Amino acid sequence: MKRLEKYARGKGLARLVFALVFGCVASAQAGTVKIGVAGPLSGAQAAFGEQFWRGAEQAAKDINAQGGINGDTIELVKGDDACEPKQAVAVANRLVDFDHVTAVVGHFCSSSTIPAFEVYAEAGILSMTPASTNPMVTERGLSTVFRTCGRDDQQGVVGAEFVVKQLKAQRVAVLHDKDTYGQGLADSMKAHLATLGLKEVLYEGLTRGEKDFNALVTKLRSVKADAVYFGGLHSEAGPLVRQMREQGLNVPLISGDGIMSETFVTSAGGPKFVEGVFMTFGADPRKIPSGKTLVEQFRKGGYEPEGYTLYSYATMQAIAQAMRATQSREGVKLAAWLKANPVETVMGTKSWNAKGDLKISDYVMYRWTPAGKYEEVQ
Amino acid sequence: MSFHILVQQAVNGLVLGSVYGLIAVGYTMVYGIIGMINFAHGDVYMIAAYLTAIFLAALTLLGIQSPPLIILLVLLLTIACTALYGWSVERIAYKPLRHSTRLAPLISAIGMSLILQNYVRLSQGARSQGTPTLIHGSLRLFENGPDQFVQITYAQILIVVTAVIGMALLWYWIQATAMGRACRAVQQDRIMAALLGVDTDRVISVVFVLGASMAAVAGTLVTFNYGSFDFFIGFVIGIKAFTAAVLGGIGSLPGAMLGGLVLGLAESIFSGFVNTDYKDVFAFSLLVLVLIFRPSGLLGHPEVEKV
Repeated sequence: MKRLEKYARGKGLARLVFALVFGCVASAQAGTVKIGVAGPLSGAQAAFGEQFWRGAEQAAKDINAQGGINGDTIELVKGDDACEPKQAVAVANRLVDFDHVTAVVGHFCSSSTIPAFEVYAEAGILSMTPASTNPMVTERGLSTVFRTCGRDDQQGVVGAEFVVKQLKAQRVAVLHDKDTYGQGLADSMKAHLATLGLKEVLYEGLTRGEKDFNALVTKLRSVKADAVYFGGLHSEAGPLVRQMREQGLNVPLISGDGIMSETFVTSAGGPKFVEGVFMTFGADPRKIPSGKTLVEQFRKGGYEPEGYTLYSYATMQAIAQAMRATQSREGVKLAAWLKANPVETVMGTKSWNAKGDLKISDYVMYRWTPAGKYEEVQ
Repeated sequence: MSFHILVQQAVNGLVLGSVYGLIAVGYTMVYGIIGMINFAHGDVYMIAAYLTAIFLAALTLLGIQSPPLIILLVLLLTIACTALYGWSVERIAYKPLRHSTRLAPLISAIGMSLILQNYVRLSQGARSQGTPTLIHGSLRLFENGPDQFVQITYAQILIVVTAVIGMALLWYWIQATAMGRACRAVQQDRIMAALLGVDTDRVISVVFVLGASMAAVAGTLVTFNYGSFDFFIGFVIGIKAFTAAVLGGIGSLPGAMLGGLVLGLAESIFSGFVNTDYKDVFAFSLLVLVLIFRPSGLLGHPEVEKV
């Protein structure tokens, strides 16, 4: 015990000497900026949470290496919402009241983002989601909320145009997983099919967490669907497409960014089942020139920066840039600056409108190949 | 309503019902013997799915190529391992509480379920896992034109056949062996059976082991059929199987099988001809209705209050 005390005192003394010698340096580096990274780090959507974390972590590392934000280093705080609204609110409260974060990158599931963003907005904290596409995220008049991805109503337009003009489908079935994100996407698809003069032949929801969708697949056959749109995530999309193929229903399945992970191939039971599956997602950030060196850096570290990794990186860059420019950490000031100035990110120049949505959305259609990879549809 | 679609929905319901039935057996047997609901049973099924993938990988590494042999070996190994889980769950979570209030083992069961889920999540990761397809191909029946057919995959046939064989073996075991007789005696009156020389603790252990084995059969078959699983699959299917057990009459073995089939068929038919959104609402309303008119379930016996 005595020895331990002595050791601790020695350490303290050393730190004191260090502080005296490097006084000015130490005071400049004393500050940290706490930024929360919230998303499904556990649970069925953990694959996306991992993408978030990887992107944010790398961005923080790189920004700190370039001198941090006005001399302060970024410190990340993890928040795990498991894609559950209840837990998301608890995480948001913890980040605000306990960790005192200055900004938040997250959340992933729209159903979590919507209630959590209310907590941040109330506390005047800047919050930016790299992935939540439900319109309600930015439609509620909260002034400090942003997103670095597109909106479901934009995804729906691209999806509907593709189904009608490219696939020339006549009998489209629209399915969803009864979740805020999934149903929002399906609703947007339904609305845009209607503007193109097509009425869907079926509009129904399946239950999340189940694996057997055979009854629904048979129903798709009975309504003679020639294309199926699914608003939901890969954990249900995988078994759904597999059971469609096994029941001899070889029509295209179109979905949104919720299946944007190679985990989709696993959940479909192998690459041979993902052929004929299409999805909308932003233009592949890995192909944008500004992100080239970063992508290589990730790959060198043995990590493929798929899905939202670069989105989360870009979100962190935007936050840092706003803090640098305004010399402030107040959410309202940061928000005002972001709405007035474009930001250079790893995904190119991004600028926001008054709601906090991107001015330009870049959704394109992707196709899953029999090799279990995805490529842009030309 | 076309004939093909009706038959196809019946097939879907039959396959789903067989899986429910296999898991429901575990709920019903445990309830029959010690009068408690083993809420960790669904998670034993989930563990069986993981074990299936592990054994599959191990056997493939050992160079075994023939699918029927692999399936049989995986099934046997998974049953053995899962049975051990069933046995230890009972030892750890329920046996020490045998003489406490009826509520204590129920809560301990829910706790056990959370422990199993989180233990698998932490040790195996939260992502969806997958197994390669072993059973290819399907049968096409009543084919009559390009979209007029009934398609049954060989994996689905395997599920139904194995479920029938498993249930038949279990039924035979209960009716014809000495241990089965002891089970029935304990179910009728635990104290009296103990007085007459039945080792009730052993009987209870055996029942847990058997219940877990049936869940293992379901877990293995479903993994071969759907090819994907995660740490959370036990929850939804556990609730459904429990519903099936109550529907058929909890405590009754044929009741669990019947309940599973009724629930599977009801879900498929309702989902196919009415609406998928309200499938679960319908299934549970059906349960409430049955319980109003037959409080002990379809094949259950009303519990006799002993004086």
